Amino acid sequence: MSDDKEVLFEKVRELRNGDSSDSKNTAKILGEKRYLSEPVDADTARKEMFRRSLRTFLIGGASAAVGFFGWRWMPNEIKYGILRRTFEFNEKVSQLFYSPSRLSPEFPRDHVSPRRVNGFAGMEKEINLASWTLSVGGLAGRSDDLVLNLDDIKALPRTEMVTELKCIEGWSTIVHWAGVRFSDFAARYLPKTIDDSRPDIANSPEKLVPYVSITTPDNGYFVGWDMPSILHPQTLLAYEMNGEPLLPEHGAPLRIASPTKYGIKQIKRIGRIEFTAERPRDYWTESGYDWYSGH
Amino acid sequence: MQKQLEKKHPLAIRWLHWINFPLLFMMIWSGLLIYWANRVYGIRIFGYELFAFFPEGFFEFLGVPFRLAEGLQLHFFFMWLFAVNGLIYVAYLAVSGEWRAVLPVPGSLKRAASVALYDAKILKKKPPQGKYNDAQRVAYTSVIFMGAGSIITGLAIYKPLQLAWLTSLLGGYQWARWMHFWLTILFVLFFLVHIVQVALAGWSNFRSMISGYEVVDAATTGDTEAARAETQG
Repeated sequence: MSDDKEVLFEKVRELRNGDSSDSKNTAKILGEKRYLSEPVDADTARKEMFRRSLRTFLIGGASAAVGFFGWRWMPNEIKYGILRRTFEFNEKVSQLFYSPSRLSPEFPRDHVSPRRVNGFAGMEKEINLASWTLSVGGLAGRSDDLVLNLDDIKALPRTEMVTELKCIEGWSTIVHWAGVRFSDFAARYLPKTIDDSRPDIANSPEKLVPYVSITTPDNGYFVGWDMPSILHPQTLLAYEMNGEPLLPEHGAPLRIASPTKYGIKQIKRIGRIEFTAERPRDYWTESGYDWYSGH
Repeated sequence: MQKQLEKKHPLAIRWLHWINFPLLFMMIWSGLLIYWANRVYGIRIFGYELFAFFPEGFFEFLGVPFRLAEGLQLHFFFMWLFAVNGLIYVAYLAVSGEWRAVLPVPGSLKRAASVALYDAKILKKKPPQGKYNDAQRVAYTSVIFMGAGSIITGLAIYKPLQLAWLTSLLGGYQWARWMHFWLTILFVLFFLVHIVQVALAGWSNFRSMISGYEVVDAATTGDTEAARAETQG
């Protein structure tokens, strides 16, 4: 007999929702169907409903408990590991779709916003601009640092752009930058390659060591860049902002300016640049932010 | 009186619905952790701020301040699950024919208004409906578009260079962020109304979202006589 009851409910009949003449009923217009069991007495219906509810409430309750307490009681190292790996997975997905030919929109000069300062890490001390030098490591064909001054940088082709600087906090400003394309800098001061072949920035950038580490003179702030993003045509070694030389709080005498990544990656007051095969340390990554932070 | 069991919600819909609940919650929670770092929106009239999103006490009470990194980690993890769950839901609606129960038609808005008037006890006659009334159809379809809108505006904020065309289409980075924020507010409003309506509709209706079935009076199903004839014949 119980088998018969099963059949009664399992073979719920499919019904069209009556005739389609009633144009005021959306269900009928769209031909919605109803699925009804055989008519039974109230007691049978209640028992069958209870049986089905009990099963689904147990499954649902157990799933909710596993989900909730699984997440809640998951050791922090494991949870953090999952989230960290998700950042890295997202980075791979981003790079799959990355194209250096895609450019960030540029704005007319009268769209420039008021200056906004954020972050002083690595810039707490006064800087003597006259004695400032830039050290460059990881160059092709030499093991020691090359030391440059600001005139060496300014001797490279000058590029200007008016782009939107996006802070990871969510605000953005439009800034008029002037400086040297990092790709022009790297074409003049060639990075080493992974296989010691002759570096060729324009034609085989994939042969270059994949990372760039950039630090302030006191190593108080440090960022890591992936080679494709730093060779993007809108990544500048900037020495002017909004038509005047960089102010100390904006990173004088030289900083990174690029719409390819959040402001946390656009390091101010550069002291050293190193081309490297190792993924460089990154100041904010150590506080849980995405290493890539790319747009 | 004779009763019938009506199969209201397919298994897939029930799972997708309940899985979406914690996913949407985590997206909104992590979104709040992120939003705190640049909490700039409010309701302003003639430059006078009527309401700021949100009062400092609200953030303090929920323990939101200084958790931006955590917010970003959670947001960019759960975004995948939220998007995939939503896409499966839409695909399921399309393939299973469930869309017939959910989509509105031209004229649904007017009938949705009748539903509201009936709920407010102004109209005496209950507007005709299938599984969902027209107000529900409008709401449940809107929320699908809101989900799509959140994904699209989210992508425009997440990859404003690689998807610069999309960000520009939305009026720029800050407009995309503004829309992303307001879509979230709409989600919260949807959620609140949904909770109230479910509470008003009662236990049997709520239970059907878990068990899939609801007990209905055989006499009120309308099609019963025809159905009986069908199966007996």
